Amino acid sequence: MSDIHLDYSVLNTLQEVMEGEYPTLLEIFLKDSEQRVSQLRQALNSASVDLQAPDLQELSLMAHSFKGSSGNMGALRLAELCEQLEERSRREERLGLDELISKIDTEYGTVRSLFDAERELYRPRP
Amino acid sequence: MVEPLLPQPEPLVVLIADDNASDRLLLSTIVRRQGHTVLSVSNGAEAVALFEAERPQLVLMDALMPVMDGFEAARRIKRMAGEALVPIIFLTSLSESEALVRCLEAGGDDFVAKPYNQVILAAKINAMDRLRRLQDTVLQQRDLIARHNDYLLNEQRVAKAVFDQVAHSGCLSAPNIRYLQSPYALFNGDLLLAAYTPAGNMHVLLGDFTGHGLPAAVGAMPLAEVFYGMTAKGYGVSETLREMNAKLKRILPVDMFCCATLLCVNFNQRQVEVWSGGLPEGYLLHADTDERTPLVSRHLPLGVLDAKRFDDATDVYPLAVGDRVFLISDGVLETSNSDDEMFGSQRLHAVFAANRGSQSLIDEVQRALNVFRGEARDDVSMIEIGFIDPQLLGSRAVTYSDSGALSPLDWSASFEFRASTLKRFNPLPYLLQLLLEVHGLRRQSGKLYSVLSELYSNALEHGVLGLDSALKRDAAGFARYYQERGERLSHLESGFIRVHLQVVSADQGGQSGRLTIRVEDSGDGFDVQRVLALPPVVNELSGRGLRLVRELSEQSRWSEDGRTACVEFFWGALA
Repeated sequence: MSDIHLDYSVLNTLQEVMEGEYPTLLEIFLKDSEQRVSQLRQALNSASVDLQAPDLQELSLMAHSFKGSSGNMGALRLAELCEQLEERSRREERLGLDELISKIDTEYGTVRSLFDAERELYRPRP
Repeated sequence: MVEPLLPQPEPLVVLIADDNASDRLLLSTIVRRQGHTVLSVSNGAEAVALFEAERPQLVLMDALMPVMDGFEAARRIKRMAGEALVPIIFLTSLSESEALVRCLEAGGDDFVAKPYNQVILAAKINAMDRLRRLQDTVLQQRDLIARHNDYLLNEQRVAKAVFDQVAHSGCLSAPNIRYLQSPYALFNGDLLLAAYTPAGNMHVLLGDFTGHGLPAAVGAMPLAEVFYGMTAKGYGVSETLREMNAKLKRILPVDMFCCATLLCVNFNQRQVEVWSGGLPEGYLLHADTDERTPLVSRHLPLGVLDAKRFDDATDVYPLAVGDRVFLISDGVLETSNSDDEMFGSQRLHAVFAANRGSQSLIDEVQRALNVFRGEARDDVSMIEIGFIDPQLLGSRAVTYSDSGALSPLDWSASFEFRASTLKRFNPLPYLLQLLLEVHGLRRQSGKLYSVLSELYSNALEHGVLGLDSALKRDAAGFARYYQERGERLSHLESGFIRVHLQVVSADQGGQSGRLTIRVEDSGDGFDVQRVLALPPVVNELSGRGLRLVRELSEQSRWSEDGRTACVEFFWGALA
């Protein structure tokens, strides 16, 4: 499991490509990711409330998508966790998924504060 | 200003489909920086709709998306693109081999792994664009070729229509002729012509021009005009050949020529005269026996040699009723099977042997070829000319091409042809043309020509050259006779033939009248009474001449010494 919460070399490349749009990219990623994390949580819980079996293939696809975007943004540990979730859901391993999603939630929190610091650095000065 | 990553040949319209907002933004920016225009959507259904509306040139497609995934969207887009190549590059973080298989099966052209490496992405976009432009070029050239092909086919149609007009006056449909020829033989360079002479004999030409298509066809038309024109005027085989050779030599490029066999079937004298240059050997198949005489090519094809070197010497063979002349183009012997063996002349001889006297020899040969080759072949030509009783031929009409305006009614003309002229000039066509200016005589042109020919050849061969017709009693003697004729003619130093023509009409309008022909030679003469008193013998190869003259003309008489013959023809009320 990677120790790297945020790979700054990736961020450098992103800065180079995005130029003035770099803060926008960060914002969009954060907004998007908030939604994704709560969707993951919901997918697992709402099903048990309705006494239905959760759709683990659907969950796997969501994890796959989140893995992709976090990887692109350099959030390596987050991406790996999502990969695990993707794999285990695809294999219909219900056990331990709650815990994994909590880990993802926590890791996302870390990543978010690091990105907030980035945004602070790049906020346009008057 | 930051430079674009790699030089672009031309900017593209790129469609990006990714359900992830930040990925979409990142990718769009990367691609825009490369100089392209970007359209972006967030699922497969939107991708398909936008493709239909905007027709981008390249698609970057996320594999797994909601509503419609990338694979289904790719399939639909490929279908809509049709023949044109719209490269689809899949964006995926699926594992390697799994990704490759699914992407390619869905119609994807390549894939790019997440996280995005912009250098790799740019390189792949350029590579795909090269392929796209290549496909575009291929389609344009294919369409160009198809259009040119249509033009060529149309040109050939027109050429064939013109040629069919030129070739209309033949007698290939005569009852004694059977032949096989493909409808587009013209464009294989194959030519088959047949026409009656004014004397009621039959000229036949089988030709094979070098090359294919229009170049092969274009020589056929002038050749056909010469053949028909000269045959109708009564020219013989040698004269017709000289003209055909000269014409082709003049008009065809150096490396083009025409292999040909030209023959004259003479029903009155029961013989066939053959000239062959460059074609595989033909055959004279004798009725009811196994024997066949090969008609070997002894000359170079037409259009190769200049007039001075051209050899118009022919071979003459006697014919009996039931004999057949069989000619083939080289496609027959050269037909090959899957082992690259050629059909060859031995197999052809085997077909002859198995079909002696058959009415459908051509069908049998064709069947043997098809069996040998394993499939049908439509570019061989074959012709079979049977020697039959001339009564069975029906009308042997010669077509006149003049308007026939004026008719001379009261005149006479005298000619004297001396040694050096006799050697190299045949005056008969000119004399006949002159006589046919008299309209009343046209219906008898066959008889006129036969009688004139007979009198002239008697005067030349028996009179001036002193040949004995008794030599022509068998096939070997035949060959010797004509050899002797050739030799004596080439050594001729003195002698003459005089021809006198007189036309008198009985009325003002030329509706009836009389033609007198007098032919005198410088030879030793013959015993007229004795020859006329000889009993007629059936199947004799010679000696029929005088009887023929008497049969065909109204009145005929000879001078005491046999050196002058005088015949009369009438037309109109007097006939």
